[in-house]
Amino acid sequence: MMALSLKKHPMPEQAPEVRAHNFEEVALGYDEETAVAEAERCLHCKIPQCRKGCPVGIDIPEFIAKIKERDFDGAIAKIKESSSLPAICGRVCPQENQCEKYCVLANKGEAVAIGRLERFAADREMAQNRPVEPIHYAEDAKKVAVIGAGPAGLACAGDLARKGYRVTIFEALHTAGGVLSYGIPEFRLPKEKIVKKEISNLEAMGVKIELDSVIGQLYTVDELMQEEGFDAVFVGTGAGLPRFMEIPGENLNGVYSANEFLTRCNLMKAYQFPKYGTPIRVGKKVAVVGGGNVAMDAARTALRLGAEHVYIVYRRGEEELPARREEVLHAKAEGIDFRLLNNPVEVVGDDKGWVKAIRCIKMELGEPDASGRRSPKAVEGSEFDLEVDTVVMAIGQGPNPIVASTTPGMETNKRGNIVADPETGATTKPGVFAGGDIVTGAATVILAMGAGKKAAAAIDEYLKNK
Amino acid sequence: MFKILEKKELSPGVFRMVIDAPRIAKKTQPGQFIIERVDEESERIPLTVADFDREKGTITLIFQAVGASTELLAEKKEGESILNLVGPLGKPSEVAEGIGTVVCIGGGIGVAPVYPIARAMKEAGNKVISIMGARSKEILIMEDEMRAVSDETIVTTDDGTYGIKGFVTTALGQLVERGEKIDRVYAIGPVVMMKSVADATRPLALPTVVSLNPVMVDGTGMCGGCRVQVGTETKFACVDGPEFDGHLVDFNALRTRQGMYRDMEAEAEKEHKCRIGLGRDS
Ligand SMILES: Cc1cc2nc3c(=O)[nH]c(=O)nc-3n(C[C@H](O)[C@H](O)[C@H](O)COP(=O)(O)OP(=O)(O)OC[C@H]3O[C@@H](n4cnc5c(N)ncnc54)[C@H](O)[C@@H]3O)c2cc1C
Ligand SMILES: Cc1cc2nc3c(=O)[nH]c(=O)nc-3n(C[C@H](O)[C@H](O)[C@H](O)COP(=O)(O)OP(=O)(O)OC[C@H]3O[C@@H](n4cnc5c(N)ncnc54)[C@H](O)[C@@H]3O)c2cc1C
Ligand code: SF4
Ligand code: SF4
Ligand code: FES
Repeated sequence: MMALSLKKHPMPEQAPEVRAHNFEEVALGYDEETAVAEAERCLHCKIPQCRKGCPVGIDIPEFIAKIKERDFDGAIAKIKESSSLPAICGRVCPQENQCEKYCVLANKGEAVAIGRLERFAADREMAQNRPVEPIHYAEDAKKVAVIGAGPAGLACAGDLARKGYRVTIFEALHTAGGVLSYGIPEFRLPKEKIVKKEISNLEAMGVKIELDSVIGQLYTVDELMQEEGFDAVFVGTGAGLPRFMEIPGENLNGVYSANEFLTRCNLMKAYQFPKYGTPIRVGKKVAVVGGGNVAMDAARTALRLGAEHVYIVYRRGEEELPARREEVLHAKAEGIDFRLLNNPVEVVGDDKGWVKAIRCIKMELGEPDASGRRSPKAVEGSEFDLEVDTVVMAIGQGPNPIVASTTPGMETNKRGNIVADPETGATTKPGVFAGGDIVTGAATVILAMGAGKKAAAAIDEYLKNK
Repeated sequence: MFKILEKKELSPGVFRMVIDAPRIAKKTQPGQFIIERVDEESERIPLTVADFDREKGTITLIFQAVGASTELLAEKKEGESILNLVGPLGKPSEVAEGIGTVVCIGGGIGVAPVYPIARAMKEAGNKVISIMGARSKEILIMEDEMRAVSDETIVTTDDGTYGIKGFVTTALGQLVERGEKIDRVYAIGPVVMMKSVADATRPLALPTVVSLNPVMVDGTGMCGGCRVQVGTETKFACVDGPEFDGHLVDFNALRTRQGMYRDMEAEAEKEHKCRIGLGRDS
């Protein structure tokens, strides 16, 4: 037998100098031969460590074995036993910190490309366009309301529908998908081909999606249960409240939250302005503040919108960047200028109220703190100005209070996140469950999806015993 | 899809539309707004609910065609539909019994959003004095409606073609001079108008509520694009407002932020006119 490669099969990608100017997907996906060859790297461990790292416990060696046997339908069926959104998670899961981190091969070389194989299996199935079987509901099927059409809500709705419940999702925006639609850019997660497809499959199954419906304003949770006839409610409203730094100059023209910047671009298609009516301002030089996935997405979006120079301004060092490694490398290859160990102290404006610079102070890393991360300290007197015309704040999101503040009896913690049982999603209000970013704070797609699935199982239990 | 049941041009470029939206009509209260999107390619824009009929399940929008998005809406005909309509958004006005005398000031198109507040104040048993300002007589809107819900209605025009010649602040000054005991002022209209009303009432310590109209996207507190400076705090107008204490609002900052896309909006308007065949270089 041929010696196994220590490296993953590389992902075919658009070249950096090409992709930096278009919104097409960067990673192109494995073809069949590459997928089978990559699957052959898996040792099919008796005690597969990789599964430990998958928040929803996908049977990784099994689905990979099926790819190796070219039983692609079998592979996707195996994945779907545990995951509702494999084409999405295969693309955006931080695999290097999850399944792939624990793969035994990671000790000697590179882990099996589990995420890429998952994406391959899911894409292959999607390409076949198989019709979805509509669900036949019983006359007396119970009704469940799901608030928010992000990964948590979509997964919960799908599982409940398959169990025979009539599910209606209420979504505030004019498009379903949550962060998958308004936040994560097209070049990482195609909207028409992948996100819309998953959603229309749910609808074909019989899940009703009511768009343009802000719960807390249009109906309260109590009204849904008492007047609209829902027997249980799942709250999956995400972490949608943008944080600002609270430094001078943040309300100047040219300062965006990452949410606004990305929403204008992804949801409203501002990159096709003026064909699409929503404008966006990029200017020539852009500073994106933050070091997570959101910051990488905003920086790479700014580049694609025509900015000549894009900085990432982050107060810690390279190793502390919370973004996925792959995305940092993609950003660097595309020419994003990383200004690490710099912390903004002020946004400087011109006399017309527009941004002209971002004033930063240099930082140095001190001793590791309680979390093990070395906390940055400002170097006195080291302030300097980076000249920019746009600033994007990507320093995190909090929970939107609209639902919690209108739902008496449903407790939140001091950060405003809904208090819910981690295993069942049950909140302190009977019949109301919650999961995803609204409970955990900003996390990941797979965790939100997993929370939605757990809550669906718990809601089923609850309604059977009611 | 939301069907336009009635459409009327109230004055040149100002339209009134009655739209079939039962869910929203059932829940809307004075002071709240909706966000609409005409079609798949268009922008989301906020408009105040100028009236609602819970029984018929309709809401009324009154808007001025000032740019690409409002012009696109204005081109829609009776019987046609708009793609998205979300609401009610924002906090309702604080309407209560026993406030006393409420002066409701509407400048230009601002008469439309102030009307449901005046009506609710009146229904709650307060004394309502309305001041309606317009540049000129022919662009005055909703006079009959305002008169019907007010104990007293004063009209001002900049050019003196009708009512008092001058601004809404001229009329407010006259009320104060004649010794009218005023308990609350609502002022809705162009930023300069709201600012001058707030400047006039501040030294008199007359509680003054204004309704702010920054650029918005989602209207749910998700994007932060609508942030306004109120006292020492930054607020999101769509969820914390749109009504705020006029004495605390930084109107200059609001003006600046409203102009963020001015040149791009002009481009959008040109593009829009080309598409509907009004432009020359299409
Ligand atoms: C730019 C960006 C990039 C990211 N990249 C990654 C990545 O690469 N990998 C990864 O795993 N994770 C990533 N994440 C995180 C991930 O997207 C989230 O953790 C996940 O989407 C959370 O899912 P959710 O269902 O809890 O909430 P969301 O996806 O936030 O969905 C919540 C939905 O609820 C709706 N809603 C809110 N309030 C109401 C209301 N009152 N009534 C009705 N509807 C309401 C919202 O409009 C939204 O559609 C990223 C996040 C962002 C912002
Ligand atoms: C809560 C709220 C309620 C509103 N209610 C009404 C209403 O009932 N009737 C109505 O006619 N308008 C209302 N507006 C304003 C309306 O949303 C804007 O006129 C509209 O968005 C302009 O879009 P446009 O593309 O047609 O014009 P644009 O091309 O965007 O703008 C044309 C001109 O109008 C200015 N402008 C842009 N946005 C605003 C704004 N938000 N406020 C004031 N001036 C602006 C621009 O600077 C420019 O000079 C409201 C706004 C808010 C935030
Ligand atoms: S869902 Fe994510 S963590 Fe689980 S196997 Fe797939 S890529 Fe790995
Ligand atoms: S740990 Fe790695 S090699 Fe072992 S089964 Fe999992 S993916 Fe295959
Ligand atoms: S419009 Fe987006 S937060 Fe107010």
